[in-house]
Amino acid sequence: MSLLKVEEISISFGGLRAVSNFSLDLGAQELVGLIGPNGAGKTTIFNMLTGVYHPEAGNIMLNGRSVTGMPPYKINRMGIARTFQNIRLFNDLSVLDNVKIAYQYLGGYSWRDAIFRSKRYRRKEKEITEWAMELLSIFGLAENRNELARNLPYGAQRRLEIARALAAKPKLLLLDEPAAGMNPQETMDLMSLVKKVRAEFDLTILLIEHDMSFVMNLCERIIVLDYGQTIAEGAPDEIKSNPRVIQAYLGGEVS
Amino acid sequence: MAMKIDVSGLKKYLLPAGLAFLLLINLFLVLEFFGVEVIDRYVKGILILMQINIILAVSLNLINGVTGMLSLGHAGFMAVGAYVSAILSIFLSKSNLPEVLLFPLVLCAGGLAAAFIGMLIGVPTLRLRGDYLAIATLGFGEIIRVVILNLDITKGARGLPGIPNYTNLWWVELFMVLSVLVIWNIIKSNHGRALVSIRENEIAAEAMGVHTTYYKVSAFVIGAFFAGLAGGLFAHYLGYISPKSFDFMKSIEILLMVVLGGLGSLTGSVIAAIVLTGLPELLRFLQSYRMVIYSLTLVLLMLYRQEGLFGRDEASAELLRKWLTPRKKNHPGGEAGEPTES
Repeated sequence: MSLLKVEEISISFGGLRAVSNFSLDLGAQELVGLIGPNGAGKTTIFNMLTGVYHPEAGNIMLNGRSVTGMPPYKINRMGIARTFQNIRLFNDLSVLDNVKIAYQYLGGYSWRDAIFRSKRYRRKEKEITEWAMELLSIFGLAENRNELARNLPYGAQRRLEIARALAAKPKLLLLDEPAAGMNPQETMDLMSLVKKVRAEFDLTILLIEHDMSFVMNLCERIIVLDYGQTIAEGAPDEIKSNPRVIQAYLGGEVS
Repeated sequence: MAMKIDVSGLKKYLLPAGLAFLLLINLFLVLEFFGVEVIDRYVKGILILMQINIILAVSLNLINGVTGMLSLGHAGFMAVGAYVSAILSIFLSKSNLPEVLLFPLVLCAGGLAAAFIGMLIGVPTLRLRGDYLAIATLGFGEIIRVVILNLDITKGARGLPGIPNYTNLWWVELFMVLSVLVIWNIIKSNHGRALVSIRENEIAAEAMGVHTTYYKVSAFVIGAFFAGLAGGLFAHYLGYISPKSFDFMKSIEILLMVVLGGLGSLTGSVIAAIVLTGLPELLRFLQSYRMVIYSLTLVLLMLYRQEGLFGRDEASAELLRKWLTPRKKNHPGGEAGEPTES
């Protein structure tokens, strides 16, 4: 059974149809790329999948359960986590606290536990810290745990965002331009990191990226979007030679 | 760039100093039992007001500093607590409940009433943020004041006299320490982190599974509860309250303490509450120039240290932790960001 099943979702802003009849089927452990020119509606799709926007039509199913119309925090708890195109870290908090916050709902102790510092509070806090540190070491950020998130170098901030997203133990991870602003070396490292994370956490990953070599080398399947519609879908090699894709990107004529 | 004053060295000694100070006051009070009067009524009064202001500042800090919601209606919550507890204790003073039971009871009732009002205000104003929220809470604070002004049971503008003077230094100390502890423990928990995440980035917080609406209302309700408690202590200290005591300027006064101490820093709020309550008294010898110097101090502090005395840091967080959990082995060591050994 597919993990995520998106059926014909659409949304308009004013008179502009940002996404129309977008469908998607993601199996477990798949790594899929979503590409398209600027303004094609990629991030809008992410926003609909995570509940920031609610689709006007269509249905989003996660593990056979509909998540359409749910608020973002509930969707996150159902198992979809994301990163943001423009990094949205908790800037004035330490690296460690950034990850701990995402573990919030799994923390599982009440206000009373917190106020009286009960045994449960101590046990859970220990669990949270251990889990957060484990994640940070996977992402090579363990050394920076006490630094403020805003003081990290750019590439590290991107990595921290992914680590934070994983803290809630999602089944599906949405990465919005994870390699943006990275140098070639960092991009290479990120590629192996994404592969490693997928295997280790049994994740399905859907990512938006403009760096073509990144997408072509990493993704098993690519979906191309233009003007809110899917214009092509398939393996990287098929996409590369697809005339409609070339036209969308280069503006050439279709022969 | 403004010049930075280094206060890091100071921080280490703050908590022990505060505790020593409290102990000293208690010692004086014990001495009084044996007939040796060390502090007079005037000093006692200031100490009581200081601690009431600490409760107010710390509870507002939870809303303003920690959760990042600019609220200008804190005096309103204080008024609700003051009036509810005062009316209750006037009513109940005829019964033969002992003061030890009666006083905490009416204080809690006042706190709960304020918390309820906090929820009423929190829910509709949640969509607002920043300046808009500030104006809405300001409005609510004024509504509370005007309602009190026009009710019969509160005796309107004449004010409510004859409130039993239950508040003494012991009671205030007890409730001040309790309030600070509870709010401190909340901040250093999972729930506290959720509140902070709202301040830092609401969109990201929501995307990371934080139920932002729930936590915003919670911050309002908890903050209002303690403001109500402080209001009750205030009413039973003065023995007389009128709506004038809880006007907009009172809210600003509390806000000043929070901003001056550092948004998000509880210890900062505590110190600022002490300083801002004590300073006008210390400056009394200047007579009419008193308020000029007071205001000038505020202006200078904001010029040279915009983030407040402590910024977002706590004064010596390490020490308080050790003090709270003496058994080191059981402690996760989580809050200061220290990883546990694996």
